[in-house]
Amino acid sequence: MTENRPGTRLISLLGSYGVVLALLLLILFGWARYDYFLGLFNITSVLRYNSMFALVALGMCFVIMTGGIDLSVGSTAALGSVVAALASPQGPWIGLGAGLGAGLLVGFINAIMVTRLKIMPFVATLAMMLAASGTALLLADNQSVSVSYESGFTSIGQDNFLGFPIPAWIALVAYVIGWIVLNFTSTGRGVLAIGGNEDATRLMGLPADRIKFLVYLASGGLAGLAGVILASQFGAGQPIEGVGWELFAIAAVVVGGTLLTGGVGSVGATLAGVLLLGILFNVLNFENGKGWISLSAYWQSVIRGLFLLVVVILQAKLSSRGSVAVRDH
Amino acid sequence: MTDTARQQRVSRPLDLFEFMARYGTLIALALLILFNFAFTRNFATMQTLNVNLTQVCTIVIVAVGMTLVIATGGIDLSVGSLMAISGALAPMIFLGKIVPIDNVALAVAAAMIIAIGVAGLFGLFNGWLIARFRIQPIVATLVLFIAGRGIAQVLTNGNLQTFRVPEFQWIGLGRLFGVPVQVVLMVLLVIAAAFVLKRTVFGRQIIAIGGNERAAELSGIAVAKVKLIVYAISGLCAGIAGLVVIAINSSSDANLVGMGMELDAIAAVAVGGTLLSGGKATIIGTLLGAMTIQLVRYTLLANGVPDAAALVVKAGIIVLAVWIQQQGRAA
Repeated sequence: MTENRPGTRLISLLGSYGVVLALLLLILFGWARYDYFLGLFNITSVLRYNSMFALVALGMCFVIMTGGIDLSVGSTAALGSVVAALASPQGPWIGLGAGLGAGLLVGFINAIMVTRLKIMPFVATLAMMLAASGTALLLADNQSVSVSYESGFTSIGQDNFLGFPIPAWIALVAYVIGWIVLNFTSTGRGVLAIGGNEDATRLMGLPADRIKFLVYLASGGLAGLAGVILASQFGAGQPIEGVGWELFAIAAVVVGGTLLTGGVGSVGATLAGVLLLGILFNVLNFENGKGWISLSAYWQSVIRGLFLLVVVILQAKLSSRGSVAVRDH
Repeated sequence: MTDTARQQRVSRPLDLFEFMARYGTLIALALLILFNFAFTRNFATMQTLNVNLTQVCTIVIVAVGMTLVIATGGIDLSVGSLMAISGALAPMIFLGKIVPIDNVALAVAAAMIIAIGVAGLFGLFNGWLIARFRIQPIVATLVLFIAGRGIAQVLTNGNLQTFRVPEFQWIGLGRLFGVPVQVVLMVLLVIAAAFVLKRTVFGRQIIAIGGNERAAELSGIAVAKVKLIVYAISGLCAGIAGLVVIAINSSSDANLVGMGMELDAIAAVAVGGTLLSGGKATIIGTLLGAMTIQLVRYTLLANGVPDAAALVVKAGIIVLAVWIQQQGRAA
């Protein structure tokens, strides 16, 4: 159903660019209100910290676009951080490879469960969340694992390249690759097709299982990479970190306008979603610093939840009124 | 399914998967108990029974509500956070931090009713988001999963509330005819929910919605209303469980009460044989599922396996249980 009334067009435009607009408004607000908001220090620290979440959300975005979900990303990142920390005396590349490898292994098992054993993604990755967390605790002997400071491993998370934090570069490269894959390759089109209608995709002869396999593998790998950055940035592999990351990632993806039923989605908007949620925190910290209000850290999750609430309600309203998204499942 | 198809299925000699899908949890539980009798020292004691029952109680109470939600094809991620809210509210009321109440019995009654009621209202809110805005349950309940614990933390400012109020702690520490009160509570809830699901129109409507929502709507079922009620029930169950947990602990820590409960409850439901896609549910199965998971953990711990390894085993069991069920359905 296509309507061309200007009102409807505006609404669907808001649906696509709403998150970017909100992000810009939030930055503008911060810039106008706080002295050091757009200072180099603040910008780099926000980017450095949120790059981990950006990586996890990118994987989640692809998984959700196929109509699936990956609840294991948080504990996969924790596992990746432990493995990377254990391997860190061998140098940054080995540490990076080990963490990435652990993540890919988790992704591989998820992919097998979803595509071969045909277990619902929700259940398969929920089980993997427990398994990865248990494995991380076993490997780390129930405590955090200090990384090697001599081998140069910590530079992955703490150093800059061309004045820009290395984790942010890693995230940027991942997003560019993700964007290219989604928009310019047959795999990318397959991802959206599967989410739109899996049976039709199979009937059209697209390798649905192979695409889903790749998507879960990638999500695991990206979570492992986030774990490497975590270990390197904070100097320790942390088996109990990562709790709730999967939900943060889902929230970022949803805020970015990707439908959880799959079939619609955008890599760029997901990045905007991550930054929006991250900067919301940052603004709250600045606001506390001004001394007008003092909201404890506990308010942050309340505000995050409220924010998610507003977004999902708006999304629901848009998709029932907008021109594109009249969908019935 | 037509009658001939059903007959064919019955007359087939032995369908291992279908058999396992139906009785697997029960068999697993029986095997676990046998194994423990044989190998775990001091297993056949009242104390072991008590430890396991008290630990499984809160999971079962939450999982009863979760079973109903999952039967409609939904999910409720917010249960752990709602436990934290009810666990934070109750002590504030009976300790008189909000309004001083002189009469202990009155204060405890008010605390219980308000805490459980508020959790129920939040559950209703979940249902409202899902029924009114047609938001997917996993996202709608994600809102309170994130915000709910925050609300509990804001209420208590993140502080630990300790107390020694026997009148209140009766629900976690007391006994009725020698049986722990929370076990009685659990059994009553299980019976009530099983009755509702099997013998009432409302129960059939829940199953119908999970089986095919459109068909249910077209056949005149008030889908929105049923969903509202189901999520409210899940909230109430979480509220009760939150009170039991803090009563056992003699303290309430908003950061910890109900942490990870959503996963335990979902796992119990899945292992128990309720279809996670909705349309088929068994409360007794959920009870058996929760007990199986608890007993696996106990068995491993009692035999010197670290807790972290028990997590991995639990994950394996969930996947295995769901896989067997699927094979049973496909066969």
